[in-house]
Amino acid sequence: MSNLKNTQLSLESKKRLLKEMLFGRRFEERCYEAYVERKIGGFLHLYSGEEACAYGILDAARPGNDYVITSYRDHIHAIKSGTDPKRLMAELYGKVTGCCKGLGGSMHIFDVDKHFMGGYALVGGPFPLAAGIAKGIQMKKGEQICICFLGDAANNQGTFHESLNMAKLWNLPVLYVCENNLYGIGTRIDRSTAVVDQYKRVSGYNIPSRQVDGQDIEKVYAAAVEAIDYVRSGNGPYFLELMTYRYRGHSMSDSNAYRSKSEERIWGKRDPIITLRDRLIEAGEFSQEEYQTMDAEILDEIESEVIKFAEESPEPPKEMLAKYVLAENDPYVTGGRR
Amino acid sequence: MSETNLVEAVNKALAWELDHDKDVVLLGEDIGLNGGVFRATDGLQSKFGEQRVIDTPLAETLIVGMAVGLASQGIRAVVEIQFMGFIYSTIDNMISHATRMRNRTRGRLTCPMVLRAPYGGGIHAPEHHSESTEAIFAHMPGIRVVIPSSPLRAYGLLLASIRDPDPVVFLEPKRIYRLQKESIEEAGVALPLDVCFTLREGDDITLVSWGAMVHETLQAAEKLAEQNISAEVIDVATIKPLDMKTILASVEKTGRCVIVHEAARTCGVGSEIAAQLAEFGLTFLLAPVQRVSGYDTIMPLYRLENYYMPSVEQILSAANAALEYA
Repeated sequence: MSNLKNTQLSLESKKRLLKEMLFGRRFEERCYEAYVERKIGGFLHLYSGEEACAYGILDAARPGNDYVITSYRDHIHAIKSGTDPKRLMAELYGKVTGCCKGLGGSMHIFDVDKHFMGGYALVGGPFPLAAGIAKGIQMKKGEQICICFLGDAANNQGTFHESLNMAKLWNLPVLYVCENNLYGIGTRIDRSTAVVDQYKRVSGYNIPSRQVDGQDIEKVYAAAVEAIDYVRSGNGPYFLELMTYRYRGHSMSDSNAYRSKSEERIWGKRDPIITLRDRLIEAGEFSQEEYQTMDAEILDEIESEVIKFAEESPEPPKEMLAKYVLAENDPYVTGGRR
Repeated sequence: MSETNLVEAVNKALAWELDHDKDVVLLGEDIGLNGGVFRATDGLQSKFGEQRVIDTPLAETLIVGMAVGLASQGIRAVVEIQFMGFIYSTIDNMISHATRMRNRTRGRLTCPMVLRAPYGGGIHAPEHHSESTEAIFAHMPGIRVVIPSSPLRAYGLLLASIRDPDPVVFLEPKRIYRLQKESIEEAGVALPLDVCFTLREGDDITLVSWGAMVHETLQAAEKLAEQNISAEVIDVATIKPLDMKTILASVEKTGRCVIVHEAARTCGVGSEIAAQLAEFGLTFLLAPVQRVSGYDTIMPLYRLENYYMPSVEQILSAANAALEYA
């Protein structure tokens, strides 16, 4: 591994990431409101509390060029990959201007242009797909890597083990990012998983791994720089376990009754946004007033641009129901040569 | 031109496509060095290399999931599953991902993969190694299910399946892998998907079948001809989507229909054909549609296999029932 890579975030980057993370938080919390108002349908899984994971990892990657695949808690990974938040919100609203034309919704965000290869509703489902994407990159001799973000509970699926074996056997360019928020819906990790430390589970496949504080974006970024450098240099897969916490329930229909208030308070004090903000203020590089201005600007942007766009966009026409199933009038279907 | 049996035709089609499309790869267990359990990929790894004809771990779920991921990079994976009975763990990835890529990306990405598997009974092997569960796949939106019944159709339909931009389940009737030889011109000419093949024209009754059972059906038609009954024989070939136009046109002419398949009876593809004949052909049906099928049982071990497999006699009996109906 190269030692030349700078694993430290610059002051400018810290301020930018503070703003990006705060945008992500406000976006998600606004989704919460819109869901309660029944503007957003389907299911909704919010990322609040876990922001340092997606922003820290992808800031060290090449968003929009590297391939990203993840679970149903997918809004922020798409935004950081380059998906326009307006089109994302329109998607959640089920509007035709959405990034999936209003037919995918919260759990199935896809943005091929940005190499965001989907959120997936099935836990553990993306593991084999990530291996395939990485194999494809390897075959095409691409410089991209595939970054597969999944939760801790997904690692109890067989696909996790089948994929790790394959990824190491062929040294595929894939970075696994386990966002360990300690719960699979309402089942705490020590009630579901024999080996609680997820980074230890991959040692059986000879894949290097690390456990990192997922609430500290500087630590996440530093680990990501090294891991991505390792993978992009052709050394094969790498596994990062980020210890994190989601503030909301698993989904909007989850009452969150399985966690104690004291546990929530402990994690609340380790908020990734507040942590970074206070660090900047203590260093004399930022002020509370600047933060409040930043927050007000973000709230205004979300309301006057993102929500407005979603609200004013039209619904998909019913003819779209029958589209995108099989190719229509395709010459190959009738035996024509390419 | 060379005299070729069905499994050799599969091999030739794979070789042609590997040779003419650099984005085609084969994935499967024992397909490379070992040449495949039925020799369908024999010699292909030595010709095209380990990066094109890829031996995988024994992990069917993963193999198909990877094929979906590979499609996103423009690579057309042709996956071999060793037996139909080993295909069930792939269903998760087929129904959850492969069939939906076009829909999920609103047409930006498709999944041009082929899932090949030998299927069907008649080789004296029990359950997983002999069953015909094509209807499971035929029920999925976003997929094609193609079944050849001769070397020529295996060659042409497999080429078309690999070139098709959507996922195709290509089921090879292994009982007839080496039954007959046909002259195949290795020119890479595909046959059309989504259409039936009328193998024998007739006016008195329509016999509809696919896969290995086409051969029993043709024998039945021959016996009927000895009784001066002219039977039309249709090989459905693509069972999803169904070419009902051809079947309906034939039944409009004959007024009588027998559907022959090896798969279990309930919710078999024969049920769908019969339903559509009832929906769209009731006015020209002269007799109830007859089905000759396997039973709703687990595929038995070899001593009972002959009881399970539909026979020429059963087809004749069903045809006579249709012909004698007032």
